[in-house]
Amino acid sequence: MSTSDTNTLSSGVYTEEDPSGYTILNMGPQHPSTHGVLRLILTLDGERVVRSEPDIGYLHTGIEKTAEVKTYQQALTLTDRMDYLAPLSNNLGFSLAVEKLLGIEVPERVSHIRVLLAELQRVASHMVWLGTSGLDAGAMSMFLYCFQEREIILDLFEAVSGVRMMTSYIQPGGLMADLNPGFLEMTEKVINELESKIDMYYGLLDRNPIWNERTKKIGILTPEMAREYAIVGPVARASGVDWDLRRDRPYAAYADYEFKVPIRTEGDSYSRYIVRMEEIEESLKICRQALGKITPPGVGVPYRTDDRKIVPPPKYEIQYSMESLIHHFKLFTEGFTPPPGDVYVAVEGPRGEVGFHMVSDGSNKPYRMRVRTPSFTNVQLIPELIKGLLLADVVVILASIDFVLGDCDR
Amino acid sequence: MTTVSEEMRELGRALSTQFAENFLGSREDRGELTLWVLPPAWRDAARFLRAGGYDHLSDLTAVDYLDREPRFDVMAIVASHQTHDFIRLKTVVADGQPVDSLVPVWIGADWFEREVFDLFGIEFLEHPNLKRILLPKDYQGHPLRKDYPVTGPAGSRFR
Repeated sequence: MSTSDTNTLSSGVYTEEDPSGYTILNMGPQHPSTHGVLRLILTLDGERVVRSEPDIGYLHTGIEKTAEVKTYQQALTLTDRMDYLAPLSNNLGFSLAVEKLLGIEVPERVSHIRVLLAELQRVASHMVWLGTSGLDAGAMSMFLYCFQEREIILDLFEAVSGVRMMTSYIQPGGLMADLNPGFLEMTEKVINELESKIDMYYGLLDRNPIWNERTKKIGILTPEMAREYAIVGPVARASGVDWDLRRDRPYAAYADYEFKVPIRTEGDSYSRYIVRMEEIEESLKICRQALGKITPPGVGVPYRTDDRKIVPPPKYEIQYSMESLIHHFKLFTEGFTPPPGDVYVAVEGPRGEVGFHMVSDGSNKPYRMRVRTPSFTNVQLIPELIKGLLLADVVVILASIDFVLGDCDR
Repeated sequence: MTTVSEEMRELGRALSTQFAENFLGSREDRGELTLWVLPPAWRDAARFLRAGGYDHLSDLTAVDYLDREPRFDVMAIVASHQTHDFIRLKTVVADGQPVDSLVPVWIGADWFEREVFDLFGIEFLEHPNLKRILLPKDYQGHPLRKDYPVTGPAGSRFR
């Protein structure tokens, strides 16, 4: 193909021959291995990547701007839609930030339920990652098994909140509703089921020579680079950066739990896989501990704070108490008004540090809601990781970073 | 609940003596420490914190206080992998006033600053690749400014 008949689209370069002999290839936005709508502009020398530039923003929905015209309770629903594979972790970060603004504490039982749900969410999210990264490397069966396992966890979320994905279950002041009867027994069954499957996953991938060849010693990230690029989560921990907010800055009730933080030092795609696999096991252990700490639902068991300025009163109270009726009315027409100030609360989501920076001006709407998302910083790393590698390796490395574009673009 | 430790206060005091003429003040609120510097000391203060053990750039963003002069707060949240503490470093910039880029201190500041440039229109000096990141390159305006309507610009099709 000569330079005169290059195929260009009005939105940008499609394919084109560079005068230097390099080919510019547009990968995405609709490419199955980009796990969403990431566009990579690759400069190739034959099959080798010389340069690359990620182009993000295809899923930008202006969530930070929208939150400025919503009350705090309404803004909560936006957080579900950022990282759509881990809505409960986002709910948790948002709720903790608003609670810190308000200066309130939630009952201990609520914190334990939050831990349980956040860990189940981590397992569900890692299941999607495990399935899709297997699929990207050609292990189709991984995808089928993992989505089955994810679905039984989503059934638990559906049981408590009524929705599989956009739960909004963890709310400022506590939980949307109490656990439903039988939830703890259901969860125990699910945990047993998941624990029995882990060996099978190792068997499917770890003893698969193709998987080993394609991940070991490929896409190496050094600890120095991880610090320079502000990398977080399992990607950083696979490079020897010992940083997990659950252990280092315990929020909710994590201080009461015993768990290990898996660390690897190789920094290749394989160690990122191992770190996440070990995280699944640790998460299941945390879930088991949480089951022992949560009292079953019942009358008089708290599932949110008693502060009527923050959470609505029980429905039956409205029937006979004028004050409750006023609280109910004020809360649903106006919301609550945290005192002015700004807070930064970070939680460890499945992909790493999810930081909520909330600024209050004393009104019932957030003056600014800034969300620092792990995918945003981790996608930034892609050009560094794939430089000089084959195009086929790019697919596996992208999968090993595990980003969610909704989380990245917000 | 998080608290401000004595080491953090010590670091804040060291920063205030190091950048005496460019140091604006510090505040402890809800267990978080915020340090204010003037724009000339922005990059050096960040480098100072990094040398002081705060080597993880957690976040870099801006807040628009429309009625205030200077108008914007640009802030970086840095964390220490050793003590597990967070410190917020803030500077104040007027509309149209550029601020030093932190890319020479952390490469990871690159995209954070491009996002602030895209959504607030704050320029960063010596940034290697300062262009829009989330919005299309022909987009007009900076949506996270408080005077930008949430329904989009006048005449927008997406009302």
